Amino acid sequence: MKKKKFNFGPYLYLLPAAIIVIVFRLVPIVLSFIVSFFDWTITGPGEFIGLSNYSKLIYDKEFWQSLLNTFYLVIFVVPISLVLSLFFATLLNGIKKLKSFFRSIYFIPTVTSMVAISIVWKIIFNQQTGLANYFLEKIGFDPLAWLAESRGIFQLLFANFGIDLPSYLGGPSQALFCIIIVTIWKGLGYNTIIYLAGLQNIPNVYYEAADIDGAGKIKQFFKITWPLISPTTFYVLMMTTIVTFQVFSQIYLMTGPPVGGPLGTTKVIVYFLFDKGFGESNDLSYASAIALVLFAIILTLTLLQKRLEKKVHY
Amino acid sequence: MNPTKVITYTILIFCGIIMVIPFIWMVTTSVKSQLEVNKGNVGFLPIEEFSTYTEDDKEYRITLVKDEGDSSYVHLFNEKWERISSYKKIPNSSIVTQRQFKLHLENFTTAFNKVPFGRYFLNTLFVSFSVVIGVLITGSLAAYAFAIMKFRGRDFFFYLFISMMMVPQPVYLIPSYVLLNHLGWIDTYQALIIPWVANIFTIFLLRQQFKTIPRDLLDAAYIDGCSRLRALWKIVLPLSKSVIATAAIFGFIGSWNSFMWPLIMTDSPELRVLQVGLSYFSQEASTQTALLMSASTFSILPLIILFLFAQKQIIASFASSGLKG
Repeated sequence: MKKKKFNFGPYLYLLPAAIIVIVFRLVPIVLSFIVSFFDWTITGPGEFIGLSNYSKLIYDKEFWQSLLNTFYLVIFVVPISLVLSLFFATLLNGIKKLKSFFRSIYFIPTVTSMVAISIVWKIIFNQQTGLANYFLEKIGFDPLAWLAESRGIFQLLFANFGIDLPSYLGGPSQALFCIIIVTIWKGLGYNTIIYLAGLQNIPNVYYEAADIDGAGKIKQFFKITWPLISPTTFYVLMMTTIVTFQVFSQIYLMTGPPVGGPLGTTKVIVYFLFDKGFGESNDLSYASAIALVLFAIILTLTLLQKRLEKKVHY
Repeated sequence: MNPTKVITYTILIFCGIIMVIPFIWMVTTSVKSQLEVNKGNVGFLPIEEFSTYTEDDKEYRITLVKDEGDSSYVHLFNEKWERISSYKKIPNSSIVTQRQFKLHLENFTTAFNKVPFGRYFLNTLFVSFSVVIGVLITGSLAAYAFAIMKFRGRDFFFYLFISMMMVPQPVYLIPSYVLLNHLGWIDTYQALIIPWVANIFTIFLLRQQFKTIPRDLLDAAYIDGCSRLRALWKIVLPLSKSVIATAAIFGFIGSWNSFMWPLIMTDSPELRVLQVGLSYFSQEASTQTALLMSASTFSILPLIILFLFAQKQIIASFASSGLKG
């Protein structure tokens, strides 16, 4: 036997990936803390300003508005997407013929680019030449303003019954609701196949036993499927939440001008960050602070969901 | 067929139609003339409706200016909607309304040539292929180390990698810009490629696969004098073909569709990738609905074709991303 020497070999294999991960992931994260503490513009670092970017955030109405819009997006997209995808996955799991055909159909939006899709949906929601109003007209409804409507959907709904809802109860604007629809539509196929994979892992014997005991399909769903699918549900919940917090392209391409309109009701946190960092003000340090707040929110929600999962897990 | 099946299929078909309607409408609108779209012909069929007037055996297309009961003032146009004469008074009885099914396939070439989409496609292909090749090389090397070798700090590095995977892209966007700016890489191909040539998810996926390869097989090869790198190339990778395909597909789709990163990191038109080019085009031609639809159609076509050929593999790839839990 040779004398044991320090073996460099494994590190050489790790090196290429490690360099990239450290230089382009770890370093930027550390750097973003540093940048957020300085007066940093495109020309480079200025003077140290401590936490003032963060205190500026607290008083920035635009920040709270975009945070609220992002929460609206998450609160609508996540549950609706979850319920719809589980519904489709359950239907798909129950059939044999054309199963992969339908699966593919539902999946097409997932592989296509958000940019092209946003362009198409923007035209669909066009007031004069869009498909959405064309359909409304065909079934006898008045056309809607869609992406141009800044009033909240609840406000509009209640206005039909003559109730004047205060604006803070108005809910997301109709324009933001268009974004919600597109975001759900885009992510549905992915969530459906994740659920389908989860459903296929549930052993059939449970259902056979339930059949013998005379439990109906709906009871089987709530007593067998729902509890046993819960790890998948948590994964879908987590992924959809994280992805929805980062919505950018559909806002950038579908709303405005100016982007985030009408009246800032579709401005989300990532667009706000982008606008501060690369827009007119070019305030990279402020944008860094926003990014870190976003990170903190996502991290907190992830940890909360993990904790909840441990409690619920069977 | 029992009633449950009938209901199931009905719902699936109905919802399936809703899922693909935007694509169908995209394609049907892309072959309409802009004039028809502006006139409010929003339906799915590229049918043109116009009025004609015949004089001296020549048929003119007309647009109405003013209706005066039994006669009208009109503009006369030829087949190509070029104006022949204006404010001509003709009797209403001689006006014929015609409907014509016409595909304006020239929309595609018009849109493709309006901005250098060819260049955008080449840029995207170059970037995507480079990224995929890089991801596979760095990924299989790192996964090989993590799965097969024992070394100090292995778990540390592994958890470091995994925790980096948790960081959402918008978080490192600003500091990456600062970093790339410092390196002088803003507005270069490096900025689009190098930061993406290692993918943590790929490393994770390949590590899982490499762990399933029997240790004895590798030990036997090592004893026979096969070097570790050679064993990776000759034994490990050939046994992992389907996972490598998964990683490649994932990397390719991700790179092809990425938008925010290239939007920020490049500036000059020659470096625009397809998504960025398309985004600029949508601003320039915002009123040219038909052209926008043509551009959208040919932009997503390559991935749709890829998807049609490798549906099973692609869907399995995406499904596998959820199994780690």
